[in-house]
Amino acid sequence: MNRSNKYLKTFAITYLIFLYAPALLLPIFSFNSSQIIAFPLSGFTTGWFKALLYQETLHEALKNSLIVAASSSIFATILGILASRAASRYYFPGKQFSLTFILAPLVLPEIIVGVSLLIVLIQLGLPLNLWSVVLGHTLLIMPFSILIMNSAFNNLDISLEEASLDLGETPLGTFRRIILPLVYPGIMASLLLGFTLSLDEFIIAFFLTGTETTLPVYIWSLFRFPKQLPATMALGTILIFVSLILLSLGEYFRRRAAKTQTSVL
Amino acid sequence: MGKLVQVKNVFKSFGDVHAVNGVSLDIQEGQFYSLLGPSGCGKTTLLRLIAGFEKPTSGQVFIDNISMDGIEPNLRPTNMVFQNYAIFPHLNVEENVAYGLRNKREKRSDQNKLVDEALELVGLSGLNKRSANALSGGQKQRVALARALILKPKVLLLDEPLSALDKKLREQMQSELRHLQRAVGITFILVTHDQYEALTMSDRVAVMFDGKVAQEASPRDLYELPNSQKVASFIGEMTFIKGEIIGENKNLQVQSEIFGKINIEKSRVFGQSSKKMVLGIRPEKIAIVPKTSRSKDLISGKIIDVSYFGETTNYKVSCGTTETLTISSQNSVGQLSYSVGEEIQLKADMNNIIAFSI
Repeated sequence: MNRSNKYLKTFAITYLIFLYAPALLLPIFSFNSSQIIAFPLSGFTTGWFKALLYQETLHEALKNSLIVAASSSIFATILGILASRAASRYYFPGKQFSLTFILAPLVLPEIIVGVSLLIVLIQLGLPLNLWSVVLGHTLLIMPFSILIMNSAFNNLDISLEEASLDLGETPLGTFRRIILPLVYPGIMASLLLGFTLSLDEFIIAFFLTGTETTLPVYIWSLFRFPKQLPATMALGTILIFVSLILLSLGEYFRRRAAKTQTSVL
Repeated sequence: MGKLVQVKNVFKSFGDVHAVNGVSLDIQEGQFYSLLGPSGCGKTTLLRLIAGFEKPTSGQVFIDNISMDGIEPNLRPTNMVFQNYAIFPHLNVEENVAYGLRNKREKRSDQNKLVDEALELVGLSGLNKRSANALSGGQKQRVALARALILKPKVLLLDEPLSALDKKLREQMQSELRHLQRAVGITFILVTHDQYEALTMSDRVAVMFDGKVAQEASPRDLYELPNSQKVASFIGEMTFIKGEIIGENKNLQVQSEIFGKINIEKSRVFGQSSKKMVLGIRPEKIAIVPKTSRSKDLISGKIIDVSYFGETTNYKVSCGTTETLTISSQNSVGQLSYSVGEEIQLKADMNNIIAFSI
């Protein structure tokens, strides 16, 4: 027992090092004063972060990314709410089938999704712009939203809705006064996770973006200019921390969703 | 006092399952009415049909002479207390109780007054700001009651409201509910599977089996004059023995091994009268009499089983035939107790025998 515990511990630590060591290099080199990304470190500087303030194309890409992340997480969450609501309350033919297929983007390689979407958009004669990226990201995020919203709706006791109707509230009022407040933590979790996924997503954005690039695509384009590398590292550092904060917030809401719902009875 | 709720030949099927299979009921204004039956008998479905959560497959529900066809639950003059109470977990006691007032467009100050009155009515004064999750089962029950009663419904529907409470609290709530109903004068319709609950609380009881009403009567009639063996054995206990009709004038003359030749009033005969009948008698309508007694029509037998229940003792007695009688004896002052194997003499109250067709 003790012995296997020790192995397990070693495994867990090794795993965490593999997972996070590369990411740790980012903050280290983003504060390193040398342009060359190599050890030994030459000195401490916050210059690379300051340089970010003056790159207008970066600001443009950041703005694009925020628009895409906000829109696609909102769209995916709305679709997630509708799909989970339908799945938890109504019976219709092919329900199980459609629920399985709606989650397919989870397992499809992103590059396949990206290429297929590109072909479809071009065939339809639609222009490639930020909205085509929003479309792709909504598709990518939706399965996560559905999974999160599903658990929120499944835990919702149907008699609460009936009680609200019984007390004279309209179906719409019931949705606003009972259902929304109770699944609200799930909605926040879905929005935050969706936002994070979209903000970091590269492949689909790379295929579907027109002239307006998102942040990951912009970063990729920077690799052609070695001089920019430390600034890119600084940018990456910021992105990692923002993502971590968003994910923790999302997890906080997800757990709160689970908690408020289980204490209903 | 008029008919407040009328259920007219209502059917409700879920796929192949006929949950409610042709029910007609008239419920008088101001009554405490119970729908009693084993689980799966359709009583809850019937309640939900009255509330509007289910639509009848055929038939109609009238409340105050208005057809409820196509009227959504939120527009019906009914309110419901749910089995699990359905207290809104994100609202406090006050917000839960005031929930339905929002749609009545009452003034804020009036609302507060109504909430305080409702909480006082159910004995929860001062708990206005308590969070829903901090309430005990009994308190949730009271909040659910206050929340429904504050809207002054014509009918209050209660779906097994006491089944989740422990025995002591359940008995206390039974008497409180009864008092509450008398105080507010609102018609209550209670769904329950507990026959004692139905008998002690109600003005009238409808016993349901397999989606149909088997008998509708006052609690006393239901117990004293059950119209079928099924109702008789669902409500309390009854011993059944074989009998044979030997004559008929204004009464029915029935011959049976244990009771001999007896007369049974026509009002105590249920079902098609055929040659063979089943005679039923409640265990407490048979008394054990001292061996010295010289009274006629005594039945002698031998005790084969004794069950002790505290205030009563039940004896199973073999009467020399294949049939046995069950006797319930009050353990009151001076009452002797008997043990298995003892030979005893019994006196049955022949006026309390009921005859059922087979």
